[in-house]
Amino acid sequence: MHEMWQTLVFYFSRPFVQYAMAVGLLIALCSSLLGVTLVLKRFSFIGDGLSHVAFGAMSVAAVTGLTNNMLLVLPVTLLSAVLLLHTSQNTKIKGDAAVAMISVGALAVGYLLMNLFSGSANVAGDVCSTLFGASAILTLSASQVRLCVLMSAVVLVLFFLFYNKIFAVTFDESFAQAVGIRAKAYNLMIAVVTAFIIVLAMNLVGSLLVSALIIFPALSAMRLFKSFKSVTVCSAVLSVVCAGLGIILSILFSTPVGATIVVCDIAVFLIFSLIALCLNRVRRSV
Amino acid sequence: MAEERTDAPSRSVQIECRDAVLGYEDGVVTRDLNFVVCQGDYLCILGENGSGKSTLVKALLGLRPQLSGTIRLCGETGRSEIGYLPQQTLVQRDFPASVREIVLSGCMSRCGLRPFYNKEEKQLAAQMMEKLGITHLAGRCYRELSGGQQQRVLLARAMCAARKLLLLDEPVTGLDPKATQEMYELIARLNREDGISVIMVSHDTQAAVQYASHILHIGSRQRFYGTREDYMNSKVGRSFLALEGSDDDA
Repeated sequence: MHEMWQTLVFYFSRPFVQYAMAVGLLIALCSSLLGVTLVLKRFSFIGDGLSHVAFGAMSVAAVTGLTNNMLLVLPVTLLSAVLLLHTSQNTKIKGDAAVAMISVGALAVGYLLMNLFSGSANVAGDVCSTLFGASAILTLSASQVRLCVLMSAVVLVLFFLFYNKIFAVTFDESFAQAVGIRAKAYNLMIAVVTAFIIVLAMNLVGSLLVSALIIFPALSAMRLFKSFKSVTVCSAVLSVVCAGLGIILSILFSTPVGATIVVCDIAVFLIFSLIALCLNRVRRSV
Repeated sequence: MAEERTDAPSRSVQIECRDAVLGYEDGVVTRDLNFVVCQGDYLCILGENGSGKSTLVKALLGLRPQLSGTIRLCGETGRSEIGYLPQQTLVQRDFPASVREIVLSGCMSRCGLRPFYNKEEKQLAAQMMEKLGITHLAGRCYRELSGGQQQRVLLARAMCAARKLLLLDEPVTGLDPKATQEMYELIARLNREDGISVIMVSHDTQAAVQYASHILHIGSRQRFYGTREDYMNSKVGRSFLALEGSDDDA
């Protein structure tokens, strides 16, 4: 026990671990807030789809030798998010199919490009680290951390200010429109924020596991809580706790950060499901 | 219940529709719509599937402009003063939200840019819950309620948005016979006792002629508009009622 503590103290005295922790917690917080809305709007897979788009864009950036790949990745992801969330009601290809199509399409194209043109000797390793995050979070620069803090602040302020409107639009879009709320504008805002979160979160858990950050805390919270406010708060708390726990565990047992965080999320989901099951039994027997 | 209509000077006209043509970019859905809704009216909109009922609802809410003609919301009734009860969606069925949160969201249009609800809006929500007899459910989760209770919650929300005119889009879909009956009685009571005008889109011709003061029957064009008595004696009304009757027997 003492040894573990010492390992932790040793690591947390290093700035790169502090950065990783700060960024990890902030991303977890933002993604869980958005997650509640996305899950309820039946867009659980949007995270998956968009992160694959981001992966594809990253491959293109790597192949073309862009030094700052954010310049390409962010706009492409934003555009896809807007297209997916904004047009899903009245297009010929329905929401889930559109997400699946873009998702696997971008994945395939990205992998193909990396294989064909990459100068790196270790293509499989590169792909794996983009998909699963690997150690990207431990190599964050101070400027990336600043960007992340800024973005999270923007997301939190937006969510706080528009909380009631987001609730109204999520629960019942037609009613919201009828009382003069510009539902389309809010959907657009949600799409844009989602794209930002996903690009940021790719550093943390990699593009395959981004969805987990978005959906697990929300689903766990929905097992137990019954009002929108309590679900939102619980989901945020769960997400932050799981991210923190995951990062600490990954340091102690030198496991991959992203996967460890997701396993924590899964564990919490199972625990919450079990509690919900027990509560239902008790209520029924009373 | 059906009094002399439209021309009575004491009652103000709330909605006036003249020669309206409704549809989408690629075609007309329904045309020649002419009707008025006065304060205290109970108008039932009938028509088969695809006859343009939902398009008309959207036009009345100002969400989809008519292709030609005029739809005027007169007097105090502005666009945001229609209390709308939409059809239930799949999303809502397992939505984790308390009854209080949902009813409060009806006050949204009063907030403008203010991010949170103030005391008066909370009071209004409480009043409406009281009126519809759902105060005891305020803390309950929406998805755990019965169909009838859910509709009451949405009705309370609509009444927070507007207190003079309710627009109900098939309010009894999916309810069992008892809950359907209760819902109709509740709507009739709001119309009678509180003087709230009601526009109800419905499939249920029997209920329409039982509760409504006026009937609007639309197809590819307007087929009937007038009082309930006139409708029951009209050709289109008789044939439609007979059709419904034989459906019920089957």
